[in-house]
Amino acid sequence: MKQRLPLLITLIVGLTLIVQFFSPGLSFIQERFTNWFLVVIVFAFLLGFLSLVKVNITKIKRRSEDWGYSIPLLIALFTMAIIGIGWGIGEGTIFNWLFMNLMVPMSATMFSLLAFFVASAAYRAFRARNLEAAMLLIAATIVMLGRVPISSAGFLSYLKLDAIANWIMTYPNTVGQRAIMIGAALGVVATSLRIILGIERAYMGEE
Amino acid sequence: MSIDFIGVWIAALLTLFIFSFLYKDNPFYKFAEYLYVGISAGYFAAYYYHNVMVPNLFVPLQNHQFDYLIPLVLGITILFRLFPKYSWVSRYGFAYSVAMGAGINFIVYLQANAMQQINATILPLISLEGGFNLGQTISNIIIVIGVSAGLVYFYFSKPHKGFLGSTARLGIWFLMISFGASFGYTVMARISILIGRMQFLINDWIKPTIALISGS
Amino acid sequence: MGITERLANIDRRIIFLFIAIAVIIPLLHPIGLPTKVSPPVEKAYQAMEGLPDGSYILISADYDPATMPEIQPMMYSLLHHAFKKHHKVIVMALWPQGASLAEEALNEVAPLYDAKYSVDYVNLGFKSGGSIVILAIGSDFSEPFPKDMYGDPTSEMDIMSNIENLNDIDLVIDLSAGDPGIPAWVMIANARFHRKIVGGCTAVSAPQFYPYLDSGQMVGLLGGMRGAADYETRLNILGTATAGMDAQSIAHIVIIIFIIIANIFFFVEKRKKG
Repeated sequence: MKQRLPLLITLIVGLTLIVQFFSPGLSFIQERFTNWFLVVIVFAFLLGFLSLVKVNITKIKRRSEDWGYSIPLLIALFTMAIIGIGWGIGEGTIFNWLFMNLMVPMSATMFSLLAFFVASAAYRAFRARNLEAAMLLIAATIVMLGRVPISSAGFLSYLKLDAIANWIMTYPNTVGQRAIMIGAALGVVATSLRIILGIERAYMGEE
Repeated sequence: MSIDFIGVWIAALLTLFIFSFLYKDNPFYKFAEYLYVGISAGYFAAYYYHNVMVPNLFVPLQNHQFDYLIPLVLGITILFRLFPKYSWVSRYGFAYSVAMGAGINFIVYLQANAMQQINATILPLISLEGGFNLGQTISNIIIVIGVSAGLVYFYFSKPHKGFLGSTARLGIWFLMISFGASFGYTVMARISILIGRMQFLINDWIKPTIALISGS
Repeated sequence: MGITERLANIDRRIIFLFIAIAVIIPLLHPIGLPTKVSPPVEKAYQAMEGLPDGSYILISADYDPATMPEIQPMMYSLLHHAFKKHHKVIVMALWPQGASLAEEALNEVAPLYDAKYSVDYVNLGFKSGGSIVILAIGSDFSEPFPKDMYGDPTSEMDIMSNIENLNDIDLVIDLSAGDPGIPAWVMIANARFHRKIVGGCTAVSAPQFYPYLDSGQMVGLLGGMRGAADYETRLNILGTATAGMDAQSIAHIVIIIFIIIANIFFFVEKRKKG
């Protein structure tokens, strides 16, 4: 019950999906499975949501390090959820105002910090130590220059960097990315098969 | 001052709170960080409720589509992960979700990312489209040899010596150039996002605030 | 510690300052460098332009505020182009934030072309499940999307009356910031349902989609803010992406100068150590 039934569910659902690709007559089963899946996945989110609440309440109770910040976190979480569920999510709602003026700037700024760190990393770590590193560095430099309008201005325009960058993207880059894509795809196929056959069981959690 | 402009001020202050991390970690940054996590979780909850739970579960059940009790039950089992004693119950829901992913991925990755990509690599080494075409011939040779060399590097666990070694080395060169291109594009992306924030601070916050103060 | 070694290890906050200045100054004093439309963007433009007026376009907004400066201008330009061609635009999202950001763009662009909600365009909102949602709409839109973002029934909408499933869509555009995104659309909407796909993505992920362009699994690609600026140029719109290109240029130059200086120090140190 604890072990075999989940493995049986995986085997039946996985095999059915594979078989129906080759037998369109079975597509009605796939339609049921897919539409049910949209609902099941909500509970996976709910699990994350409840875990976040639990962790932060525990943190406040135990007065763990930085527990004070968990208070605005929980207030924001419940305010946003209650306002959104109760009064709607479209433009003109308080929910949307909070999204535009709190969530958007914070999310965008968090990621914009990476601009500074990537520049600093380039300065500290990007060295032509050997032939391979030099190739990487030269390709990066040409692409960085060639993909911005300044490459077509003034004396830089004689270097035809935009055309070279386009060539690098279309050929050597496509080649490298394609080798990775094919390699990764075969990896995914193998892993999927291991899951369906019950060899890979990490999702079952601890015994 | 309109409600929208108050919003701009709040957004600008939160932006500066987060930028303060560049100097060093501090309480303003931490406050914004935790606030962001809370707001995001609440935001997701509202969307999952309005855009999925109501139309894809409550409405079908109201319309007597009782097959939707199956995902409801499977979904509820997932929540048992919260209780260590009964966490094994969650395996049913996870088994279904994981199997859906595996079943679909098995086919689509094989078809789109392996077979169609291999198919696009099988090219004539001498292009005769409308007479001999030198440019296309060179491009085709690069693609055929480059992809094969890259795959040799990934896939042969035999020691990379002799012919296998030099082919794998060629594969590494192509990979290095594509990593270089990816690095260039990563720099580009990060700078673009910073530009977006600066455009907001300058055009939506500083300029209108100066205009408001100077009364124009 | 030698001077070169000391310079190689300068406080990173000095580098931060240079980057900030490199971005801010061109925004305050634009140079107006011209943008040349790159081939993948031209292909994307032609894919939309080549469709007969009134075709059905599906735009999936699979991105979030973190990537807005790159992807939101693409959404604006694509909507301008679609409404100008009187195409019918169906918007959906595999990321919840995408639904809100698409709504913002739709509310701003649609009125400029007198496009009417539920007749000329619709926002179906967010749906969880990633690639599985694409598989579901491959059979039938109405079961995964019985209602739009606001809870109104899609079965009563003019725009959805001719749409049963993905086969009725003339062009799929995915604006993607990660997973689920372009790979899922290519692997299911293209490989399985043979739909034409145009992708718009962050610059970080653009290089990995070139194999799809080469194989014809995608018919066009807008990569990052530059891709968005190219599309704006093609449409003759002065949008935020075009406005950002000067700053982008200068910031890249500054980073390249940093890399060159660091490598000079590296070789000087290496020679010293013999």
